[in-house]
Amino acid sequence: MSNHVKYRIGKSTGFQALTIVLATSCVIPLVAILMYIIKAGITKINWNFLTNVEKPVGEIGGGIAHALMGSILVIFFASLIAIPIGILCGIFLSENKKSRLAYWSRLSVDILQGVPSIVIGIVAYIWLVKPFGYSAWSGSIALSIMMLPIIIRSTEETLKMLPDTLREAAFALGMPFHRVILKVIVPCGISGILSGVMLSVARIAGETAPLLFTAFGYQFFSTNMNKPMETLPHLIFKYAITPYKDWQDLAWGASCILLIWVLLLNILTKLITRRWKVQL
Amino acid sequence: METSVENELITRNDISLRVITSEKIRDIVKGIKRVKRSHRQIRAENVFRRTLVIIGLAMVVLVVGIMLTLIVQSIPSLKALGIGYLWGQTWDPVRDVYGALPFLAGTLLTSFLALALSIPFSFAVAIFLGEYYPKGWLANLLKNTVELIAAVPSVIYGFWGLAVLVPIVRSMEASIGIPSIGYGIFTSSLILAVMVIPYAASLGRSMIQMVPSNLKEAAYSLGATRWEVIRSVILPYTRSGLFAGVLLSLGRALGETMAVTMVIGNTPLMPKNIFSTGNTMASVIANELGEADKMVYNSALIELGLVLFLVTVVINMIGKKVISRFTNE
Amino acid sequence: MESTIVKSVDYNAYFGDNHVVKNVNIEIPRNNVIAVMGPSGCGKTTFLRGINRMHELIPGATAKGKIMLNNEDVMEMHPIFVRLKIGMVFQRPNPFPNLSIYDNVIAGYKLNGIKLPKAEKDKIVEHSLTRVALWKEVKDSLTKKGSFLSGGQQQRLCIARAVAMEPEVLLFDEPTSALDPISTSTVEELFHELKKNYTLIIVTHNMQQAARVSDRTAFFYMGELVEYDNTKQMFTNPTDIRTQNYITGRFS
Ligand SMILES: Nc1ncnc2c1ncn2[C@@H]1O[C@H](COP(=O)(O)OP(=O)(O)OP(=O)(O)O)[C@@H](O)[C@H]1O
Ligand SMILES: [Mg+2]
Repeated sequence: MSNHVKYRIGKSTGFQALTIVLATSCVIPLVAILMYIIKAGITKINWNFLTNVEKPVGEIGGGIAHALMGSILVIFFASLIAIPIGILCGIFLSENKKSRLAYWSRLSVDILQGVPSIVIGIVAYIWLVKPFGYSAWSGSIALSIMMLPIIIRSTEETLKMLPDTLREAAFALGMPFHRVILKVIVPCGISGILSGVMLSVARIAGETAPLLFTAFGYQFFSTNMNKPMETLPHLIFKYAITPYKDWQDLAWGASCILLIWVLLLNILTKLITRRWKVQL
Repeated sequence: METSVENELITRNDISLRVITSEKIRDIVKGIKRVKRSHRQIRAENVFRRTLVIIGLAMVVLVVGIMLTLIVQSIPSLKALGIGYLWGQTWDPVRDVYGALPFLAGTLLTSFLALALSIPFSFAVAIFLGEYYPKGWLANLLKNTVELIAAVPSVIYGFWGLAVLVPIVRSMEASIGIPSIGYGIFTSSLILAVMVIPYAASLGRSMIQMVPSNLKEAAYSLGATRWEVIRSVILPYTRSGLFAGVLLSLGRALGETMAVTMVIGNTPLMPKNIFSTGNTMASVIANELGEADKMVYNSALIELGLVLFLVTVVINMIGKKVISRFTNE
Repeated sequence: MESTIVKSVDYNAYFGDNHVVKNVNIEIPRNNVIAVMGPSGCGKTTFLRGINRMHELIPGATAKGKIMLNNEDVMEMHPIFVRLKIGMVFQRPNPFPNLSIYDNVIAGYKLNGIKLPKAEKDKIVEHSLTRVALWKEVKDSLTKKGSFLSGGQQQRLCIARAVAMEPEVLLFDEPTSALDPISTSTVEELFHELKKNYTLIIVTHNMQQAARVSDRTAFFYMGELVEYDNTKQMFTNPTDIRTQNYITGRFS
C-alpha cells in the first residue's frame, strides 16, 4: 500500500520535473537566436553601414540606409491607414454589440486575423501591382491590412471592459455621441488601445512575405512612395540567400537592427500599457 | 478719482468671485447653450455614427473582396487545369505543366511535423504557467520568453536556420548515412516548431487557469497526486481548449512563408521522406509569383493562395468556435 | 400656486416587448423635491431615465407619450439639449477616472468643447463645489484624480458636475444607496440647499429619507403611478391600499 503511494508520488514528481524541463527549454531557441544574431550582427554595424546604400558585390562600404528609410516610410504609411480605421472599427464593434452588421464585421475581422501574410501579399499584388506596378504604397496597404485585426480586437476588448456608468455619466451631461466616445471612452481605454497599436506595428515591422511582390525592393535610396522601395526585412531575405559574404554580413547587421527594434517595440508596449493605465 | 474707480473694480471682482450668484452663471450658460444650438454638434454626431457604420461595413467588404479576388483570379487556372491540378505531381512552368501535389504534400508534412515537435513543449509551458507556477519571476520570465518567440520576425528565423540549423542538420544527416543536404522538410519543421509554440502555449495556459478550483480540490481531497489531478481533472476539462490552441498553431504553420522558404530547398518535387527537400504552397508563391508572367502560371499560383486562404480560414474558425464554446460554458 | 416644470402625459416605456412604465401622468412643481418610491423592479429607474431621455440609450428600449419640460415636449427635442437642461446623478458615483477633480466639475463644458476663460472656469468650479459642500475638503487637491476621493465625496463631486451645468431639473437615482450614513446625511442636507435653485427628483428605497427630504412623493407599483401626493399626507394617510401595504410593510 505504502509502496503504491510512493510510486504515485514518484510519478507525480517525475512528471513535474519533465514539465519543468520541457517548459524551460523553450527559452533555449530564443536565447540562441538572440545571441547568435547579436553576435553576428553587432560588429557589422558602423557609420557606413547606416548611411550608405547597396554597393555591387566586391565593393566594400555597402549599407542599408535605403532599407531603413524604406521600412520607416512603409510602416509609417501603413500605420497612418490602419490606426484610425482600426480604432474606429473597434469602437463600432464595442458600441454595437448585438447588431447584425457588427456580427458580420466581427466575423470578418476574425477571418482577417487568420489569413496568412502571403495571401495578403497576393491580394495587394492583384489589386495594386497588376494595374499600377510595384510601389511602396502597395506594400503599405498590404501591411495595413495585417495591422487592422490586431488594432480592432484590442480596441474592442478594451472598450468593452469599461463600465457602462462611464458612458452614462457622459451622456447625462448632454454630450453628443462622438464626444462621449472620443473624449471619455477612448481616453479611459487608451492604454489598451495603444498596446494594440504598438503590437500591430511590432508585428508588421518584420513582415517580409507581403512585401515580396508589392514594395518589391530597390537598390537605391528612395522616398518615392509610388516607386518600388527596399525594406529591412526584404533586404535581409535578399542578402541572406546570396552566396556573397559581404552581403550576408550586411544581412546580419540588418537582422540585428530589426531584431532589436522589434524587441524594443514589444517591451515598450508593456511599459506603456502599465504607465498609461487609467485607474477605474 | 481714479483710485476709487479701481478700488471699486477690485471690490466688485472680489465680491463676484466669492458670492457669485447662480443667476449669473445661468446667464453665461444660456449664452453658451444658444451658441450650441447651432446644431453643429448634432451634425457631427450623425457624421460620426455614419462613419462608424461605414467602417464596420468596410471590414466585411474587405474580406469578401479578398475572397472574390482570389476566386476570380483563380478562374483561368481552374479552367485550364481543372480540379486535377491539386493532385498533379509535376510542376514545370517552362513546359506549362502544373501540378500542386508536391506543395500540398510539403505544406502538410512540414506543418504536422512541426506540430508534433512543438506540442510537448507548448503543453509543458501551458501546464507550467497554468498549474505549477502561475506567478513569480520564473513564470514571468517564461511568459515573456514565449511572447518574444512570437515577436521575432520570420525572416530572422529563416536566416538563423540557414546559418545555424542547416549545417547542424547536414552533419546529422551525414552521420546517419543519408544524403547530407541540410535543407529540407525536417529543417523547416524544426524552425516552424519553435515558431508555433507560443500560440498553443498561451491559449492552453489561459484555459488551464480557468479550471474551477473546486474541481481540483475535490480530487486532491480524495488523495490524488498533482499529476493525477492534471491528468484526470485538468486535461479532460481543458481538452477542447488545448485542441483549439493546436489548431491556431496549425493555422500559423500552414501559412508561414519566409522561414520555410529559406531552409526547405525549394524543389518542386514530391518529398520522398522527411529529410528530402521540397516546397510549400506559401513558399512557392513567394518565390514565383513575382515572375510568373504567363496567365495560367500566375493564376495557378493564386489558386494555391486561395487554397491556403480557405484552409486557414476554416481552421481558424473552428478554433475560435471551440474557444468561444469553452469560455461560455 | 407653484408653477409646473415637468409634466408627463401618458408616458410609457418598454424594453423590447416588456412594458415597464405604464401610462404615467405626473406634474412636478418647480423648486420641489419629489421622492419616487416603489418595490424593486417597478420601473422607477426607467421612468427617471425617461425624463432626460437616457432610457433610449439602451438597445431595444423605446418610449411613448410626452414629457413636458416648461411646456416643451422633450421627446421632440434633441436629447443633447434635454440633458443640458435636466442633469442626472447615478446610484454609484461615477467621476471620470481620467480627469482631475477640477476637470470633473467642469466636464460638461470641457468635454462638450465649450471654451471658457480660466477665471470663469475657476468661478464655476468653486461655486459648484461650494454648493455641494465639497469645496473646503478638496480645494487644495483640485488637480488630483477624481477617483482619489472617498465614495461620499465622489458622489458629491458628481452632483457638483451636474450642478455646474446649471440645469433646471436634477434627477437622482438612489444617490445614497452606495454611501455610508454620514455621507448620506451630508447629501441629504444638500437637497435642502439645492431645491432653492433646482427641481429635484429622487428615487429612493429609504422611506425615512423620502420623509425627511421630499415635499411630494410618487409611489410606483408594477410600472404604474399608484399614488402621488404630499409626502406628509402620503406617509400618514395613504389612500391606495398598495401604498399602505408598502409603507407599513417596511415600517413595522
Ligand atoms: N437594461 C434593461 N434591459 C431589459 N430590461 C430591463 C433593463 N433594465 C430594467 N429592465 C426591466 O425593467 C423593469 C424595471 O426596471 P427598473 O430598473 O426601472 O426598476 P427599479 O424600479 O428602478 O428597480 P430597483 O428599485 O431595483 O432599482 C425591471 O423589471 C427589469 O426587468
Ligand atoms: Mg433602479
